[in-house]
Amino acid sequence: MKWVGWIICAIVAAVSCNGSTAQAQDNNGQEIVVAAAADLSSALKDVADRFEKKTGVKAKLSFGASGALTQQIENGAPFDVFFSADMDYPRHLVDVGDAEAGSLYQYAVGKLVLWIPADSPLKLEQGMKVLLDPSVKKIAMANPQHAPYGRAAVAAMKHYGLYDQVASRLVLGENVSQAAQFVESGNAQAGFVALAHAIAPGIEGKGRYWEVPADAYPPLAQGAVVLSKAAHKKEATEFLEYMKSKEGKAVLEKYGFSLGSR
Amino acid sequence: MAIDWQTFWLTLQLAVIVSAALLVLGLPIAYWIAFSHRRWKFLVEAIVALPIVLPPTVLGFYVLVALGPHSPLGRWWISLTGHTLAFTFTGLVLGSILYSLPFAVQPFAASFAGVDPKLIAASATLGASPLRTFFRVIAPLSLPGLVTGMALSFAHTMGEFGVVLMVGGNIPGVTRTVSIDIYDRVQASDYAGANQTALLLLALCFVLLAFVYGVNRKVWTVGPVK
Repeated sequence: MKWVGWIICAIVAAVSCNGSTAQAQDNNGQEIVVAAAADLSSALKDVADRFEKKTGVKAKLSFGASGALTQQIENGAPFDVFFSADMDYPRHLVDVGDAEAGSLYQYAVGKLVLWIPADSPLKLEQGMKVLLDPSVKKIAMANPQHAPYGRAAVAAMKHYGLYDQVASRLVLGENVSQAAQFVESGNAQAGFVALAHAIAPGIEGKGRYWEVPADAYPPLAQGAVVLSKAAHKKEATEFLEYMKSKEGKAVLEKYGFSLGSR
Repeated sequence: MAIDWQTFWLTLQLAVIVSAALLVLGLPIAYWIAFSHRRWKFLVEAIVALPIVLPPTVLGFYVLVALGPHSPLGRWWISLTGHTLAFTFTGLVLGSILYSLPFAVQPFAASFAGVDPKLIAASATLGASPLRTFFRVIAPLSLPGLVTGMALSFAHTMGEFGVVLMVGGNIPGVTRTVSIDIYDRVQASDYAGANQTALLLLALCFVLLAFVYGVNRKVWTVGPVK
């Protein structure tokens, strides 16, 4: 039974060692935690890599539905900066005092696309009408209750007068990435996702997309804020500043965000 | 704001169907695990226990992929019915059976293994077939374990979240279960509604489980005398 003791020792050593390195990094302020909307998952990884090379500050990324992240922030999640998929959640956080009022910044405008698997026989030139094709049994989208892309999708379908006809075929992902997953796994024949997702490395080629015209849904202006309880406010602000720089903007554009007019 | 009764009804149906299916499916598996002398038995035991280890969301993702047209199982189902199993009630049942399997099989197997082998041997020498021995000797003597397994798989399904989130698609009346409803309410800042729903779920499950364990105790004290 001696080996049991050794294993426990090893585990304790590993855990405590891990803990102390995390602490060391903490003390140097070399690490920030970024909460971000699911549509940013590829873009921000790229931004974070570049930011780390430039400043030495490591940005840890946490992705989710903007509404879900807002809840977590309100309940004390240890994030330093928050990139939402809309402006309302960051504004709300400013209102309740969880985010720095002066830091609110519209970093991008998201684009909604209709996305189908690469091997789908659907003709995307028809635009939104493909949803009425009988082969489309399920249409995936983010949950409009707490994901801005879900609300945009509902607005777009209503704009084209299709919503009532397809409502019974909608399936809701917890966020826009999960909606894409439903399509990618072949379980839904079409889905509303972020352009950022449709052209992300690794996804590109797995599907085809049709960009929903911008007048069909309210603009997906996306805002970011530095959080009041941020442990590393200085670095968080630097990160946000980097997003405003030419380099940061170029990365966002590369991943399918427009910078919009403000 | 108000409680969504449809989701409760749906979740209850799901839990009842899943625990009934697990009784039918779990008995032979547990029997085999309890009485087989195969050398590789431990492998089967490990596989049955896997859903306890796998995060439900991961299990759900695998189920989603397995149900989709890229997998043989998914293709077979689609050729049969014309649609995929994901986002359907049947799909949820399938995912939940997988997810709750160990919670039924392990108590079953443990109670089978606890039956006095002399009684089983006696039954056999009296000319009873293994099936008859199972239903007349083994099953009655392991009733507490059977009830525990059923109750656990029922409760586990009532509170299931990850698998449903991944393969359900949140369709009201089809795949929106109570746990998903509570999650949505919390995300939408409807704390009051989330609280009410959660409280009701808690109360309902407590009453059901207390009833089952209460009855179980009685059966246990009477059983061996009979």
